[in-house]
Amino acid sequence: MIAVEHVCKTYRIAKREAGFCAAMKALFHREYEEIRALDDVSFSVGDGEMVGYIGPNGAGKSSTIKILSGILTPDSGTVLVDGRVPYQKRVEHVKQIGVVFGQRSQLWWDVPVIDSFELLKDIYTIPESVYQQSLAELTERLKLSELLRSPARQLSLGQRMRCEIAASLLHRPRILFLDEPTIGLDAVSKLAVRDFILKQNKTHGTTVILTTHDMQDIEALVSRIILIGRGKILLDGTLSDIKKGGGNIDETVAKLYRSYHI
Amino acid sequence: MNRICRAWRLYRHYISINVRSMMQYKTSFFLTAVGQFLVSFNVFLGIFFMFQRFSEVEEFTYSEVLLCYAIVLLEFSLAEMAARGFDMFPGMVKSGEFDRVLVRPQNEILQVLGSKFELTRIGRMLQAVVMFGYGVTKGGVDWDFAKVLTVVFMLIGGTAVFAGLFLIYAALCFFTLDGLEFMNVFTDGAREFGKYPIGVYGKKMLLFTTFLIPYALVQYYPLLYVLGRRTGVFYIFLPLPACWFLLPALLLWRFGVRHYKSSGS
Amino acid sequence: MKKYLSFFRLRFLMGLQYRTAALAGIVTQFAWGFMEIMIFSAFYRADASAFPMSLSATASYIWMQQAFLAFFAAWMVEGEIFDSIVNGNIAYELCRPINIYNMWFARSVANRISRAVLRCFPILFVAVLLPAPYGMSAPKDALHFGLSVLTLFLGLLVMVAFCMLIYVLTFFTISPQGLRMLFVSTVEFFAGAVIPLPFFPQKVQRVLELLPFAAMQNVALRIYSGSMTGGEMEKAVVLQVFWLAVLVAAGKGLCRMALKRVVVQGG
Repeated sequence: MIAVEHVCKTYRIAKREAGFCAAMKALFHREYEEIRALDDVSFSVGDGEMVGYIGPNGAGKSSTIKILSGILTPDSGTVLVDGRVPYQKRVEHVKQIGVVFGQRSQLWWDVPVIDSFELLKDIYTIPESVYQQSLAELTERLKLSELLRSPARQLSLGQRMRCEIAASLLHRPRILFLDEPTIGLDAVSKLAVRDFILKQNKTHGTTVILTTHDMQDIEALVSRIILIGRGKILLDGTLSDIKKGGGNIDETVAKLYRSYHI
Repeated sequence: MNRICRAWRLYRHYISINVRSMMQYKTSFFLTAVGQFLVSFNVFLGIFFMFQRFSEVEEFTYSEVLLCYAIVLLEFSLAEMAARGFDMFPGMVKSGEFDRVLVRPQNEILQVLGSKFELTRIGRMLQAVVMFGYGVTKGGVDWDFAKVLTVVFMLIGGTAVFAGLFLIYAALCFFTLDGLEFMNVFTDGAREFGKYPIGVYGKKMLLFTTFLIPYALVQYYPLLYVLGRRTGVFYIFLPLPACWFLLPALLLWRFGVRHYKSSGS
Repeated sequence: MKKYLSFFRLRFLMGLQYRTAALAGIVTQFAWGFMEIMIFSAFYRADASAFPMSLSATASYIWMQQAFLAFFAAWMVEGEIFDSIVNGNIAYELCRPINIYNMWFARSVANRISRAVLRCFPILFVAVLLPAPYGMSAPKDALHFGLSVLTLFLGLLVMVAFCMLIYVLTFFTISPQGLRMLFVSTVEFFAGAVIPLPFFPQKVQRVLELLPFAAMQNVALRIYSGSMTGGEMEKAVVLQVFWLAVLVAAGKGLCRMALKRVVVQGG
């Protein structure tokens, strides 16, 4: 389903230093720093698999997601998603994927949620019958019937996240990218979201790539984990590989980060 | 054809959702529209007071200048209403909203335009319409079919030129996040200084606005025809070639999107 | 006092970082000034006798206006302050042991000065080199020069004090955006940014010169260009000080009222 081979990506950012002299100097001459966001990254994900993609902040997680969803083009290496190169055939590619950015909203703030869904129907040119079917199914599973008529700004974070996830699945994508889907949610909403993702994967065989800092998400959802740090893949294995040594998973992962000096 | 129909339907859907959002804040909408009206009223007052002192400038009278300004303002507000999304584009890039645009299977421009449709600009447009009415009736123009057609072409061409400039502004965001202020010279500046027929600014400015950014094609030459200073039939059609200006703007946008995808800014 | 100074310094340094923006601003202002001068010289050609000041004085006025745009542009209000009031982030600022009016005042002055510092010199330099009557000419004498510098800064303070009123009024309105536009268009017009005040009919001009708007850019630019002399200058400076005092007092009063409301409403 997904094949990533030897992908590299470098950013150039301006250096900024504190102090009056530095500010004056920067007026005339600015120094740049190269950041290797991804450094020879390779992995593959099978159809219907659920994978947890973890790593500390700034490790290269979102760069990977952005490349897989066609937003970014890598400097080198090849990426194939469902037989297509995402950043070359953008429109065809994105019809097959759904993306949830946990920290951003795709719903229109001031109109009822259902209005946003109707717009998405036109954006993805979903046939009416398919749309009604998806909507009915998502409404039932995510318990949205009470929420659809209220504007997004009036929903709680948990309610909104359920609507966000539904919005990303209306067009029945084969691959779902979840970028911190449970961030800031209360316990009940977290459980509901996790439960839904599991079911979605079972019934529709949707391939799921999940990035998160919440290790309970990982434990509940995925059996396979890819750990990335400083742009390199450090570990690709099962949950039990990581948990060797036992104990609390947060501590284990923190120990792991420390052992790789990231 | 089918594709265009579908795009148009989607665009209308975007407009309708924008209008519904705006109607959640009716008072704010109303006050902003009034504010827009007042902002352009300033320029009118400026012209008014200048002509209290002077009777003409480069042989253009007060009502002729008003007609000229009204047409430019109308062109600008039409373009602005439709292409406001480009104006908000730096914000979209900074906040990452543009990523969302890229993960949807629709043309990027259509999505950007649809995301922000500025209805409050109706205040400015109202101003333009009122002044247009005044200029049309008091301008001493003998209106006939050819002159009306000229004005219609001016509006089409002018809207295209301004829309092209907004597009260029948005495309430049892909390369630099700040420092786009100079584009104001061409958009807001053209609106401000377009109040006087371009000939007022001298020969060099006329050349620049004929061949580089085709303002003169949508303002000066056809205006001369409308005011009866020129009689050649081709003056009527001059605003139409100005629409070609959209082409380089589109190319720059394409280039910008490709740059965005490779730089990840 | 020291904390406001360090706040000023921080903002000032932040402003200096935007050098691309500054370069773009210089180009913009230069083009803008150039177009303005073209218009005025077209009117001058049409009827020189109706001109209330000499063409070269008008040119000086316009170049000074462009060079110090950041001092007096009404639209350069601080979006961040508006936002913090609207979205409630102001709660953080209220937790700090400082006077919010003074802090915002210091911040606005710093922002405007840092922007102007980056922009004014290149514009002035080029404007001085331009041939007469389109370029910028030297002031009449040392007195005019000194007074124009003094009134430039007084005008900046009046401008910021007026902006402060708008920020504070935001607490009481439902439409900050509408209020802001109303404010911007009023200030621009009555301060002489659209056309210099001498170009208004005399009766109108006499009234306008008494308003706080005339205490902003009008005084400094006209003293420098020589269109304001002698007793007029003294009167203008006194009016500037007067309006500054009135605006700051009104702003502080309203600010106190607004904060009481915020505390009471909890939001």
